[in-house]
Amino acid sequence: MDFSSINPILLLASLMVMATPLLLAATGELVVEKAGVLNLGVEGMMITGAICGFAIAVNTGSPILGLFAAAAGGAALSLLFAILTQFALANQVASGLSLTLFGLGLSALIGQGYQGIKPPPFPRLEIPLLSDIPVLGPILFRHDIVVYFGIALVVAVWWVLKNTRAGLVLRAVGENHDAAHALGYKVVRIRILAIMFGGACAGLGGAYISLIRVPQWTEGMTAGIGWIALALVVFASWKPWRVMLGAYLFGGVTVIQLNLQAAGVAIPVEYLAMSPYLITILVLVIMSADKSSAPASLGRSFHASQ
Amino acid sequence: MTETLLTIEGLTKAYPGVVANDNVSFTIHEGEVHALLGENGAGKSTLVKMIYGLVKPDSGTMTLRGAPYTPSEPRAARAAGVAMVFQHFSLFDALNVAENIALGMENPPAMRDLAARIREVSETYGLPIDPYRTVGDLSAGERQRVEIIRCLLQDPRLLIMDEPTSVLTPQEVEILFQTLRKLTAEGVAILYISHKLEEIRALCDQATILRLGKNVGTCVPAETTAREMAEMMVGSAFQAPERAPRELGDVALDITGLSVKSPSEFGTSLRNLHLTLRAGEILGLGGVAGNGQDELLAALSGELRSDPDSIKLKGQPIGRLGPNARRQLGLLTAPEERLGHAAAPDMSLTENAALTGAQREGLVSNGFLKWGKARDFAEAVIARFDVRTPGPGTAARALSGGNLQKFVIGREVMQRPEVLVVNQPTWGVDASAAAAIRQALLDLAGQGTAVLVISQDLDELMEISDRFGALNEGRLSDIRPAQDLSVDEIGLMMGGAHGMEVAHV
Amino acid sequence: MLKLEKRPQPSRMWTYLTPLVAVLLTMLAGAALFAFLGKDPILSIRTIFWEPLFSEFAFYYRPQLLVKGAPLVLIAIGLSLGFKAGIWNIGAEGQYIIGALCGAGVALAFYPLEAWFIFPLMVLAGALGGWAWAMIPALLKVRFGTNEILVSLMLVYVAEQLLASMSLGLLKNPEGFGFPGSRNLQQYPSAHNAELIAGTSMHWGVVAAFIAVILTYILLNRHILGFHIRLTGESPKAARFAGVNPARLILFCLGTAGALAGMAGLFEVSGPSGQVSIDFNVGYGFTAIIVAFLGRLHPVGILLAGALMALTYIGGEIAQSKLGLPAAAIQVFQGMLLFFLLAVDVTTNYRIRWTKREVA
Repeated sequence: MDFSSINPILLLASLMVMATPLLLAATGELVVEKAGVLNLGVEGMMITGAICGFAIAVNTGSPILGLFAAAAGGAALSLLFAILTQFALANQVASGLSLTLFGLGLSALIGQGYQGIKPPPFPRLEIPLLSDIPVLGPILFRHDIVVYFGIALVVAVWWVLKNTRAGLVLRAVGENHDAAHALGYKVVRIRILAIMFGGACAGLGGAYISLIRVPQWTEGMTAGIGWIALALVVFASWKPWRVMLGAYLFGGVTVIQLNLQAAGVAIPVEYLAMSPYLITILVLVIMSADKSSAPASLGRSFHASQ
Repeated sequence: MTETLLTIEGLTKAYPGVVANDNVSFTIHEGEVHALLGENGAGKSTLVKMIYGLVKPDSGTMTLRGAPYTPSEPRAARAAGVAMVFQHFSLFDALNVAENIALGMENPPAMRDLAARIREVSETYGLPIDPYRTVGDLSAGERQRVEIIRCLLQDPRLLIMDEPTSVLTPQEVEILFQTLRKLTAEGVAILYISHKLEEIRALCDQATILRLGKNVGTCVPAETTAREMAEMMVGSAFQAPERAPRELGDVALDITGLSVKSPSEFGTSLRNLHLTLRAGEILGLGGVAGNGQDELLAALSGELRSDPDSIKLKGQPIGRLGPNARRQLGLLTAPEERLGHAAAPDMSLTENAALTGAQREGLVSNGFLKWGKARDFAEAVIARFDVRTPGPGTAARALSGGNLQKFVIGREVMQRPEVLVVNQPTWGVDASAAAAIRQALLDLAGQGTAVLVISQDLDELMEISDRFGALNEGRLSDIRPAQDLSVDEIGLMMGGAHGMEVAHV
Repeated sequence: MLKLEKRPQPSRMWTYLTPLVAVLLTMLAGAALFAFLGKDPILSIRTIFWEPLFSEFAFYYRPQLLVKGAPLVLIAIGLSLGFKAGIWNIGAEGQYIIGALCGAGVALAFYPLEAWFIFPLMVLAGALGGWAWAMIPALLKVRFGTNEILVSLMLVYVAEQLLASMSLGLLKNPEGFGFPGSRNLQQYPSAHNAELIAGTSMHWGVVAAFIAVILTYILLNRHILGFHIRLTGESPKAARFAGVNPARLILFCLGTAGALAGMAGLFEVSGPSGQVSIDFNVGYGFTAIIVAFLGRLHPVGILLAGALMALTYIGGEIAQSKLGLPAAAIQVFQGMLLFFLLAVDVTTNYRIRWTKREVA
């Protein structure tokens, strides 16, 4: 065992990196669920985003274009879910599952020629002055732009939901779609937009893994992060700030687990690798007592009849 | 006062298999309270939805203040000065009052200003409400105030009210009427939908009567008797149910100190209820919606459990027993919600017959269902209660409200209960079906069953009950003989005016 | 403008027709996909759906249908009970792994003893293992109201790690020259889930799948428990009113699904696969979700859907070797099937009408 290889500053810095894909995907799903839609396809949208972003970045040489492509890919896939659930009124659980199964296959298909390739490197944004602060600098201010974007996204989502009319309407639709319809709001249109926003966020989160965090492409590389993002929304009681907290918590668990693996702790690797999933279950159990903050129309189909 | 506000000409709307509105025409004047009267299914809702822009007419025209009026959506209707208070409120439980009101406005001011305006309007019209309270915690009357304030903030010219008094105590109704009169004095016209004749006679200047989608007449309510209006509405003479004199037997149901916590977040918990019910007796329980009716039914059906001794059936404690054990002992129930509670929408009537009839009708042996016998039982219910349906294989959701209600009540009645508890037995049901159901309940009591009727329809309760009590915030009033109760007394039993105040006119 | 109009009651015709329409649409979309990948679309579809059944090598492929179909049907039958009641077990893959581990564990514990009771004991252990794994989400849901979808899925990842740990550790073949993976049970007669009739690939798993189909059919159509399962799915409130105990139903549905998935895992590890290895699970637990829906959650439908899905596996493998069609293309193909099914399903409950845009 060799704990000296673990550097606490690096650990905290990599925690922020580790948490970013979760943060992006979970924030997107939070918006979707606030609109009253349960999209279980996060994993599928993430992995699709991961390969779309990777392929475009490799082919154009621009990681930024890759990120845009990832968001577009995730949103495009989510549009399928939107069509199924909002027009064909299909069961949301089944549709979400099908999205994940389909996304995993699709990404594997697209990713055929991309195994073992290195993507173009992503520039790191060292914030002048701030990044020179000892300890805090390396932890907080020497990351790529997506890390900051993720944080900004949480703030923006929080602000929009709380303070704007668009946010109010979105919450109203998720709370009681029949009443929202009676007041003349376009329930289906609002939900489709929310679903696509969620898809774009998940796609971005996936691309963060394949372009920045790893960075390379392997099949099924999201390895359940999409599902953990779903759990995170429950953990956060549908509150953006707590999504951030949760993402860093899970990021921390993953980082510590990886560091312990590297340090050669006496616990077998497999059991360490289980830990994020076991902790997710534990957190779900703790949080399941309080369901009061779930949007009331969550998961229910809407059809404007007569 | 004589200025024409809205003219409706030849409005028609057909749905597959039913013409909801057939060539309906009438006129509403400024400052007038115009009643729209009709039975359930007469087409009142469709008509107002067309005026509010939720439904587009197939043909016909509307003219608002001299200009053609074709609202494509509620937003357009609101912009033109038409506002609506819904029967089933279009409110969002988890949001607060101000947020709810903002959602119904085109360009709401900032929350702080809006809250101030809400306070202002609520004081002017005697509708006190705290803008920052969560709507889910409000009583039915308070929720209605939120809807009304939401409309008033739009400075409407026409206010549509869909069955506004169904959720109010008589005292609250009186206060609402004063608010409405103040509005009409300011020139606002009110389209008032109801089937309560006395109420219309007290409040309305004009009445348009719909029957089966057609306009069958207009009258001045103050100059027309309730009976005449009723006959226009139903199309035939009224028949009061027969009430044979009955002998009361032993105590069949004994509730002592029943307290149950509501399972839903915005529900009402039951607090220390006491009542006794004798064989052959009908006890009516009134009360405004949401005061513990659903919880009481669930506590009696066995869906909610309580202390064993708080509910006794013929002396036997049953508070801990589940629904089927209670059915076995003779306590049957029929909840308010027909589709999705009393019956499974997509299942056939045969399957729905087995839903509660499995034990008492012997439809199960060794855990296996006897579908043939279940079908016979369903057919028997259909025949005896005149349920209009192609057959027992039909899905429950394909039946009209009245027919399904007859089936659901009939299913329990035909199992020869010792005690029958029904919640809102005739809600949303046409007059003939309602009369049939009331008659069935009276007949059942005549055969010695103890019947507990929970209802928000006071006329119904007065018509069939021997004794009357009221639920108010999960508590039960004293129970008194129904015969010698006045409307005022009933209102007080229901909780009076729930903190409302009279408009500062 | 297309408009949906709710039918007064579900259409019987469309209930049966939708899976067929979905399969046809998937074939069309699949053909387009294969063409896009530069393969002859008609030849590809023919290879997938025709070759395994009627080509000159069909004698080899046909038995394979049973090998691939049996676990799919066994798992899907279990899942369908829960899905019918609105209980979403999507962790069958994990239950499958744990079933295999437990069953194989029993066998390896007795090795090299030869006795008649070993195989039955393995089946029991496999079923119990899957059952226990499924009881985790079931108990958490009953006790704390925890979402069973997420828990059962998380447990798949946990099971995969356990599988890795077992094939590298406890269950590793001591005579395996250090390679990961257990002893091969095909070479241990008492534990081998062998062919029952030579040349048919008919093994005990196939028999179990057929029995499961029949019993489930009886349960759902004749037994009060099956009625309660359907009732709960249709309307949970009506089910409570009818006296259904939701907790018991959750335990039953998840438990049965887990036991069946566990048995499927055991039959696989002791038969076609033969050993516990890191890559033992190939996604049957997830594909079974498609099978369950494609079979409209009806036992007989699931049997047919399982056969069809097995066909796409085998046909896909043929297409892979003969036409160079990527394996992932078949995965996409299977995913599309569920998509189209869900999309077409709307016709069961709604009538689709073409209306001119209304002019008010």
